[in-house]
Amino acid sequence: MAMNEPEAKVWNGLFWVIQLFICINAVAKSFMQESRGRMLYFYSIASPADFVLSKLLFNTVLMLLMSLLSLLLFTLFLGNPIQKAAPFIGLVLLGGWSLSLVFSFLAAIAARAQQNAAIMAVLGFPLIIPQLLLLMRLSNAAFAPLLTIPANTVLLLVALDLLVIMLAVILFPFLWKD
Amino acid sequence: MYKSWWKIASVLLLLYTFVGGFLMDVPRLPALGETIRNLYFHVCMWFAMMILFTISLVNSIRYLRTFKLKYDIAARHYATVGVVMGVLGYATGAIWMSYTWGDPNNPTFESFSSIAREPKLIGAAIALLIYFAYMVLRDSINDMDKRARISSVYNIFAYAMLFPSIWIIPRILPSLHPGQTGNPALDMQDIDNRMRLVFYPAVIGWTLLGVWITTLKIRFTLLKEKHLM
Repeated sequence: MAMNEPEAKVWNGLFWVIQLFICINAVAKSFMQESRGRMLYFYSIASPADFVLSKLLFNTVLMLLMSLLSLLLFTLFLGNPIQKAAPFIGLVLLGGWSLSLVFSFLAAIAARAQQNAAIMAVLGFPLIIPQLLLLMRLSNAAFAPLLTIPANTVLLLVALDLLVIMLAVILFPFLWKD
Repeated sequence: MYKSWWKIASVLLLLYTFVGGFLMDVPRLPALGETIRNLYFHVCMWFAMMILFTISLVNSIRYLRTFKLKYDIAARHYATVGVVMGVLGYATGAIWMSYTWGDPNNPTFESFSSIAREPKLIGAAIALLIYFAYMVLRDSINDMDKRARISSVYNIFAYAMLFPSIWIIPRILPSLHPGQTGNPALDMQDIDNRMRLVFYPAVIGWTLLGVWITTLKIRFTLLKEKHLM
């Protein structure tokens, strides 16, 4: 209502910023809402690697659903400037995946530090800016019929996501021990 | 750590950098002119920053392997001095930029927005922010062992995320800053042989100076916290 139908670049920028905040709010809860007793129970039945992988998986699915929902709401309320729908949806899913992985791990750190969600924003924003920058530039191509989406950059993002998963599996056991 | 030969080497190399850097012959390129001598200061700062961050990472890994608090203290101080080097890199870069990129017909304020959008500047700013976040996290936890463990984990994670922001993304985006296709300071064709004579000693000198400052800070902290060790 406030901006009717914004032009493609504004739409794109707004979309990714909203994605970032959705992710912070959706994923931050995943570790903080666990009570001490339940963590102890998980500790007795699962290995840390299994636990963190299942957390990552759950948050990924949650974030993918949220991404699709926000894409739907954006097209309903702010118009649809997307020229290439399929690649853009692919990028949205990839972006949701990247965001949820990084923030799941940061949520684990923030929960261990017994801090509120504020520390997650402090820790997360600098780490996520590079990926967000890449995602915004990639998805700009989906708004112009002549531009193609560079495959190298997509691969780079996928590689970064795999790196985050690997680091999470390696480093989580140190956070888990108490 | 307590030997003195490398401290003497650092002072001598830096003296050589200042004397040789300002007096020796350099190629005079259009638009650069004599400002090319800033290579001995600006680029070395970023080299030193990256080396200090790497040492900090190694110390964090060592902490997680042994759980000795001294490694965590070392990791923290190496990160701090790395940040100082990064800020100095910004300062020397700003001086250089005002001579080469700044539009002489416009006041600096007007050309600022186009210069500040430079991907290398943003990447470096992100790198510094990541380490500021590391310090915020570290100081927000009271329990010593927990603080050491959590901040070491974050340090390792942050270093991995630092790589794309200063090594990969600035190379993908269009930029005025040199170093688009590789590392101009290390490239054999890109740097003049006369400059190499001062540049490599300068890198070593500045890095050793950074390490020296850090070891003093580490020793001070270890003495202060002796009763806890």
